[in-house]
Amino acid sequence: MSDYTMTEQPKDHLVSALVRDEPRVLTRITALFGRRGYNIRSLSVGATEHPGLSRMTFVVTGDRGVVEQAMRQLEKLHDVVRIIDHSLEKFVDRELVLVKVAISPDSRVEVRQIAEDFRSRIVDVGRHALTFEVTGDEGKITAFIEQMRPFGILETMRTGRIALTRGSNADIPSHVYHDGETETLRPAVESVEPREERARDVPNLF
Amino acid sequence: MTQGSGQDTEQQHMEQQPLTGHELDRGSMTGAKALWATLANHGISTVFGYPGGAIMPVYDALTFYPEVRHVLARHEQGAIHAAEGWAKATGEIGVCIATSGPGATNLVTGLADAMLDSVPLLAITGNVARHLMGTDAFQEADITGITLPITKHNYVVRDVEELPRVIAEAIRIARSGRPGPVLVDIPKDVQLAAYAGEVAYPHARPEHPAPKPEAIARAKELLLAAKKPVIMAGGGSLDASAEITALARAWDIPVITTLMGLGAFPSSDPLWLGMPGMHGSVAANRAISEADVLLGIGLRFDDRVTGRVNGFAPNAAIIHVELDAAEIGKIVRVGVPVRGDAVVAAKMLTESAQKLDLPEWRAQIEEWKSRTVTPTEWGAGFAVKSVVDRLRPDDILSSDVGQHQMLAAQLARFEKPRRWINSGGLGTMGFGFPAAIGAGMAEPGVTSIVIAGDGGFQMTLQELATLKMYDIRNVKICIINNSYLGMVRQWQELFHEKRYSEVWLGDSNPDFVKLAEAYDVPGYRASNAEELSGVIDAWLADPKSALLEIVVPHEHGVFPMVPAGAALYEMIETEPPRKQPDLSAEMKAAAEEAKNA
Repeated sequence: MSDYTMTEQPKDHLVSALVRDEPRVLTRITALFGRRGYNIRSLSVGATEHPGLSRMTFVVTGDRGVVEQAMRQLEKLHDVVRIIDHSLEKFVDRELVLVKVAISPDSRVEVRQIAEDFRSRIVDVGRHALTFEVTGDEGKITAFIEQMRPFGILETMRTGRIALTRGSNADIPSHVYHDGETETLRPAVESVEPREERARDVPNLF
Repeated sequence: MTQGSGQDTEQQHMEQQPLTGHELDRGSMTGAKALWATLANHGISTVFGYPGGAIMPVYDALTFYPEVRHVLARHEQGAIHAAEGWAKATGEIGVCIATSGPGATNLVTGLADAMLDSVPLLAITGNVARHLMGTDAFQEADITGITLPITKHNYVVRDVEELPRVIAEAIRIARSGRPGPVLVDIPKDVQLAAYAGEVAYPHARPEHPAPKPEAIARAKELLLAAKKPVIMAGGGSLDASAEITALARAWDIPVITTLMGLGAFPSSDPLWLGMPGMHGSVAANRAISEADVLLGIGLRFDDRVTGRVNGFAPNAAIIHVELDAAEIGKIVRVGVPVRGDAVVAAKMLTESAQKLDLPEWRAQIEEWKSRTVTPTEWGAGFAVKSVVDRLRPDDILSSDVGQHQMLAAQLARFEKPRRWINSGGLGTMGFGFPAAIGAGMAEPGVTSIVIAGDGGFQMTLQELATLKMYDIRNVKICIINNSYLGMVRQWQELFHEKRYSEVWLGDSNPDFVKLAEAYDVPGYRASNAEELSGVIDAWLADPKSALLEIVVPHEHGVFPMVPAGAALYEMIETEPPRKQPDLSAEMKAAAEEAKNA
């Protein structure tokens, strides 16, 4: 809270959210970002190990104050169960990219060699194009794309970054930047009751 | 509850005792009936609404549930503002009902209003049957999509088995934490579907988070060291009125109540400084500008309150007690955030309080207070003052939006909370009159006075029919008629070189007295200071709800005023002499200067 009003350069912040799988939940979240003018660089959504819950990871661009405000506003949405601020603890993040690169008989070997250096997999082979799957953090992916650019990139698709707090934070105190206990071992959904159970246990007066 | 002696005929029974659920043969349960049963289970006694095609099963089921009173408004906007008035007066949830499409979209203004003023509200809308949804069916509108940014939450009930649970959850969400409006959209075939399950019983209100003791301790340190402390109480402090009053008196700290917080602290207490902001009192705005510690409780530092933000409380460390974490640090820099319930926080801050002995600060404040100008000449201010001076402590004053609203907020004196009802955040013209009906129906024993302008009253005047239909006797309408959209006119005078654009209503206003009489509402009129007092007497003494039109001069402004973009300390304290030709230039210069600063 104290660094709210410090002037900072806008930068990317990673925030994850656990949300209920309810109709329009994605609309609620993106509309909130839209109407309050927060900038999302990427957003990825997927199911979790808990039925009825999805997990999202956002990359929000802005100064710290903007990101704090975005998290506080997200928390107010009824379908948002929990917000995880990745600036508070060490995390692992990954992004997966598919890159379709044009090749010629002359460049084929070189392109394959670069891909091998990046430990990238070839997922489609053609006479005129190769498609690679690259996984990694943002730096690796940017470097891969820049290496391939001279050969002619036909298409790319990125999943957006996804992140989890490191389980090892529980063992290594310096991985936790806030003054409390690590959140990394906290069950994701302790506070969510399944709807059916809430619906039961209701006396009928009529 | 009893079944009677067994000898009563059914007719006698119905005459003698109000029906309860156990005596009525309600037939088989449907979604629509489950809705009413759930509302009744939550103790909801009154709903405001307007029927239509897609909500008809609910209106049909209503006939089986006499324990809930339905008030038929004349427009859905009237219904939702009445529900807001009900909620603002009682602190309990207001409920309104509308049909699909146009009925639902007519609720939009009220939902946005309730969202910005944190009013607990449940809006129920019908929608076309599920198989028609998404086909652009007759009277179909995606009301959940439309209202997504202006509700705390909203639902489409696609399965009748979910209906009672959703209603209960909607009511819980609307009332808990920082309150707000929740909309539940029910397709027509879901209303009609047979329902065999349970009927949901009220959810317990979740407890508010308690403030952190460290934060309270830090706040107390600041207060102890303060030389120029001030408390600012907003709309979120209304239910902590007693605790905040005790807190202020224990520390001997002056209290400012915002537009939404009027009544949270008794105005008769010498510690009260009035309202801050654009049309705030000299004492409040100067005290904020000079303060070294500002304790804000239950408020969100709206731009109409702060003026230019970097000139707001420039010398103060701000302690912000607020339930909604998103409001802390949103607008102003906060030194000590105290997240939690205002009642608990005020109690904790009162413990081991000691009276601050600050004679210089108090003397300074007294000097500022002495600069308050009471209107003595005939005009809108004089008229508003004459009316609000008649308020008894229990009476409810509602206002519409505009100059009369600011005058009423400046001049009315409230001893307790929830006696002042207005549209603060959204500034909804047309809000006042239906809200006064809702408040009056919530508390039939008190007088519900509404002050409105000639412009805003015409936005919802059709609700005069509601007064007539339900023979409501405690709503007193006062129209301050200056033949102008006065607040817009004032800004055009000050900031647009008197180019009065589309604000003159004088040639087309109705005869308000005749208009009222057309609805069997007695009408009164006063046009000068001499007759005003007597006419007010007659208006208030009328056994029915009555309308009073006060015809006032066209061109009066509301002062003090902080020009848009200026800091609070740059306020213009009194209305400049009217003949002064370069008034607008002067005000513009002040605003310009403020912008550049």
